[in-house]
Amino acid sequence: TEVCGAKRVGYFGPAQFYIALKLIAAAQSGFPVRIESIKNELPLPRFMALKNDSEVRYGTPAELHGVKFQVPHATLDKNSYKRTDEGDKQEPKSPPMSPICSPPASPSTYQRIPLSYGYGKSRSGLEQQHGAPYEVRHSTHQQDGPSSGNYGAKPALACSTLNRSLSAEREQQDSSAHYSDDPWRITEEQRDYYINQFRSLQPDLNSFISGSMAKNFFTKSKLPIPELSHIWELSDVDCDGALTLPEFCAAFHLVVARKNGYQLPETLPETLLPEYLQAASLKPMRDCALFDSYSESLPGGQQARDFSRTEKASAEEVPDKSALLQDAKKDDKQALKVSTALKTIPKEFQHLTVKTAAQESNALKARPRSRSYSSTSIEDAMKKGEEPPTPPPRPQKSHSRASSLDLNKIFQQNTQAVRSGWLPPPPPALPPRPSVSQTEQVSEVELHPQMNRPPSQAEENSSAKKEVVLAQPPSKPARRKLRTEAQGLETPELSPTINVTSSLPAVKPHVPVQKQSSKQKRAIQTAIRKNKEANAVLARLNSELQQQLKEVHKERIALETQLEQLRPVTVL
Amino acid sequence: VAVLVSVICSPPQNYPLYIRSVPTENELKFHYTVHTSLDVVDEKISAMGKALVDQRELYLGLLYPTEDYKVYGYVTNSKVKFVMVVDSSNTALRDNEIRSMFRKLHNSYTDIMCNPFYNPGDRIHSRAFDNMVNSMMMQVC
Repeated sequence: TEVCGAKRVGYFGPAQFYIALKLIAAAQSGFPVRIESIKNELPLPRFMALKNDSEVRYGTPAELHGVKFQVPHATLDKNSYKRTDEGDKQEPKSPPMSPICSPPASPSTYQRIPLSYGYGKSRSGLEQQHGAPYEVRHSTHQQDGPSSGNYGAKPALACSTLNRSLSAEREQQDSSAHYSDDPWRITEEQRDYYINQFRSLQPDLNSFISGSMAKNFFTKSKLPIPELSHIWELSDVDCDGALTLPEFCAAFHLVVARKNGYQLPETLPETLLPEYLQAASLKPMRDCALFDSYSESLPGGQQARDFSRTEKASAEEVPDKSALLQDAKKDDKQALKVSTALKTIPKEFQHLTVKTAAQESNALKARPRSRSYSSTSIEDAMKKGEEPPTPPPRPQKSHSRASSLDLNKIFQQNTQAVRSGWLPPPPPALPPRPSVSQTEQVSEVELHPQMNRPPSQAEENSSAKKEVVLAQPPSKPARRKLRTEAQGLETPELSPTINVTSSLPAVKPHVPVQKQSSKQKRAIQTAIRKNKEANAVLARLNSELQQQLKEVHKERIALETQLEQLRPVTVL
Repeated sequence: VAVLVSVICSPPQNYPLYIRSVPTENELKFHYTVHTSLDVVDEKISAMGKALVDQRELYLGLLYPTEDYKVYGYVTNSKVKFVMVVDSSNTALRDNEIRSMFRKLHNSYTDIMCNPFYNPGDRIHSRAFDNMVNSMMMQVC
């Protein structure tokens, strides 16, 4: 740790991780542990025996979560798995220099992923997924991957050995600026946790948390008030004194980061911008859908093949941020499937595999079940944590494998409800972005020819949402003071829309195609109705503002005349 | 070129919530100037009667022998005063610009108010506010 400069920086940044990895390889090859030895041509480090040690080492920095009893469990599981998998993993580990090698490497990586779940650090496992597909997508390979950089940035939580093993397996490009600022990227676990916290404060996911409520809540985190004030400034992008869900997630994430010892940034990092969070939230819905359909058709053995196929398909996609997140989540699900195949299948997953052909039914079944499970798991997690804003993954260590699976389903269900909700109060900055992400969604969905129905569903939803987004920019010129009023008006209108759209998917399985088109029509009609209402509200606002403007003008004229009268008096 | 921006809290306390000047020397003199200008501001407010917002005050009366400068004032509806002191040598600074600067100040101040962690009457430590004031002062100089 010291050699690679982690102590100096205070956490495991990307550079430190790479160095640490190479040092481990060196140590295992018998070279002395020094910086110079990294320069040699090293074999990829084997992480079998090392995992226990590293686990313990990284267990200690986990400050707020005392659930370490999982760790011995996990390592036991893992060791048994490691022995079996060690053999097949060795081949993919040999330095592949072409993208072709990476797909075969990925299934083996996914096999290793059950180990990560065995760790009980489900969050880090999910993070791995982020890293893994991203690595696949890059054609050039280096020893150290951005994934390790990601997780290094979360020292207490990163399942460092697994990340290192991932990067060791594939030689990755070290260029992703996206992942290098990972402390500010919200993982799904965290997002779920934040969403649940939001819900506890404000049951309606589409509306705001008022300033005073948020203040009480964040004060519980025991951060000093000036810091909380700064966090608020950063996260309340539209400066309306209230937090929407993305703003709340960003604020919560900043609190989490601060408690982990990170300095607060001067400006809001890009990954925490509300529109980015909105776009990100839109992804997993489709991924869950794709994944679900895959899981139906694939028994255990074939899964690896299909994963490699989807991975290749995902490799074709344009690697931008939203795509990363989306594919990461897709691969999450894939990995989860593998893990279930390899281990005793938890009940939820059995449900998943048994589901029917319709995507909506899959998502639906998962949703209500995961909702109840997630609330209980989060509550348990909460009790283990010391205070509400405690970072989520640590308390959730108690749920080991199952929780990681559930988190994806939770996210499924949340994003369905949240997706529409996040669009209404978009911050002034980048309205085109959600629509861009939606178009990407649509195009990416089309890459998977097997999913005929899900793409149409996604397209219909995204087109409805696009209309919503387009309606939002006209509302932005409204004055800031009145924006909350407008948003408050719009959100009730949108929530009926959301209810409608969520009730649409609630139609039972085996939905014929005609019903889908009628659903489409209904969605469009509700969107139109909502837009009309928004227009009426805005017109009303406009007239009120005009009146105020006139009054202010009159006042100003009166003032100026008075000033003119007074001036000869003051200038003596 | 010297410029100073200050935010004075509402009466009766009348203490500065925020003072920032570009050349950091002579700051005490600026503080004194701001303090004395408060009297003039209060006078204007009382003279206005029902009119609340005083967009501008040109206070040429306070001229020191060595240097002359102009003091501008602005009052919000909650009697929070913004005072700006600029060198008279800066003749390029027009009234409209002063007004727009005050408007920006006012907007930033309301943003601070929106922050639930800010208690009215606290010193202003907001980094966003600082950045805005700095950029404004750079523009003037």
